[in-house]
Amino acid sequence: MFRPGKMTSQVLRSLFKKPATSMYPFVKKPMPKDFRGKLRFYQERCIGCKMCMRDCPSGAITIRPVGEKKFVAEIDLAKCLYCAQCVDTCPKKALEATPDFELAQLEHGKLKIVLGEDAGKDTKTETK
Amino acid sequence: MPEREVKLTIGPQHPMLKEPESFLLTLRGEKITDMTVRLGYNHRGIEKACEGRTYIQDMYLVERVCGICSHSHSTCFIQAVEEIAGLQVPKRGLYIRTLISELERIHSHLLWLGVAGHEIGFDTLLMYTWRDRELVMDILALLTGNRVNYGMNTIGGVRRDITAEQIPQILSTIDTLEERTKYYVQVGTQEITLRERLSGVGKLSKEDAIHLGAVGPTARASGVNRDVRHDDPYAVYGELSFNVITDDHSDVYGRTLVRLGELMEAYKLVRQILKQMPEGPIVVKAPRKIPAGQAISRYEAPRGEDVHYVKANGSDKPERVKVRAPTLANVQVVAHMLKDGYLADTPIVIAAIDPCFSCTDRAIATTNIDNGRTDRMDWPTLRTYGIDWYSKQGIDFAELNRKLRTMRESN
Repeated sequence: MFRPGKMTSQVLRSLFKKPATSMYPFVKKPMPKDFRGKLRFYQERCIGCKMCMRDCPSGAITIRPVGEKKFVAEIDLAKCLYCAQCVDTCPKKALEATPDFELAQLEHGKLKIVLGEDAGKDTKTETK
Repeated sequence: MPEREVKLTIGPQHPMLKEPESFLLTLRGEKITDMTVRLGYNHRGIEKACEGRTYIQDMYLVERVCGICSHSHSTCFIQAVEEIAGLQVPKRGLYIRTLISELERIHSHLLWLGVAGHEIGFDTLLMYTWRDRELVMDILALLTGNRVNYGMNTIGGVRRDITAEQIPQILSTIDTLEERTKYYVQVGTQEITLRERLSGVGKLSKEDAIHLGAVGPTARASGVNRDVRHDDPYAVYGELSFNVITDDHSDVYGRTLVRLGELMEAYKLVRQILKQMPEGPIVVKAPRKIPAGQAISRYEAPRGEDVHYVKANGSDKPERVKVRAPTLANVQVVAHMLKDGYLADTPIVIAAIDPCFSCTDRAIATTNIDNGRTDRMDWPTLRTYGIDWYSKQGIDFAELNRKLRTMRESN
């Protein structure tokens, strides 16, 4: 049976339903537990083998020594693909992906972040 | 007044196109007499970039060949690498790979249905299909950790296992989507505006489909029973039962019906995979250096057959990677389908192959305008040719090189 307006009833019914979209950013949908977002760095576990730097597809991560057997991870959030290959590569599980995906910045410079305590700088940890 | 031929350039930037690409149409009145596709605008140099990166890095680069069928390209590439390295991927790993590929097919076909609706001014269909597509996107995000570029594959298996808690979630989503797709099948077969608009548009006979080498739903809608999953089973498709959907409408309407039928088959496959999935490891350890060798891998992407060629030289970087995306096989068919059609049908006929131009734009063809020859040049000849060409325009590189050197030295 062919007739026009097959979807009309569907459209009319939808008028009385809740919208399918949510009012982001006021209503936030939680990401799945294993979502690959911003990285977390466990400084005490890092041994500075730089395997993550070798495997990173976009060269977004840099491990820099800041003291005796102490390293910080510099991450360029603009370059990062969020593939979490570094998390898989790390032999000491010093990196972890978090569900944090709201990483937009108005200034490009703010996309470069340093994870871990830097001896030379302010001791504020950005590991969250 | 007799009608004269008008040449109309569409694109690269044109509201009709979802991706930039250039088409040259020759028109006689409203009728299209000839059409040329000028590929190359989207060239990203991915194949060359692959040669400079390790296999692990390439996996993510190749995944980004296409934004919709990302899993297809990464699986196709990895299958070739695994064949060269002689790796036996565990069964569970293959099942998970197949599951993701079928979920990807669902999301790609639902997306196409929406785009097709949009191209013919049926935006209601777009809104509803894309709303439903979110369900499968959420499942993909749950299983893989990303919505689009899943990063699920690794050389030797997959990176993430599927837990027992996730299975009921997948199944309930598949039930909802199946219900919705049944409704879209009804819309597709009963809605007269859809049928009238799409019937007889972009005709492609069975002979032409075979002759021009059409792949995927485009070929199957012309009655060509061709599906890599069935003809040359990879992963675990040999252990699953499914039908290859064909249709003999040979037009855009047929392509819609084929995709709707494939959606229904995909739901069946997902249920089968979850039921048959064995326990066990998901990955085998892969060496960083792949032994010398070469392999061709075929994969049925949502848009058609995807072919990857990988040549390894024993180092941790491939020597050559060649990607033949499904759109490259189908883009020649578009020119044939548009012939003797109307200008107003161009958007939907192009959209009907589900084109992905940035996947396709990989080859460079050069034609010498002086003698019409299409010889290829090696790198030193091309360099000399380039320098000569610029010096004829009055740009002397010797001078620039000297300046550059002095700048470097002064630093």
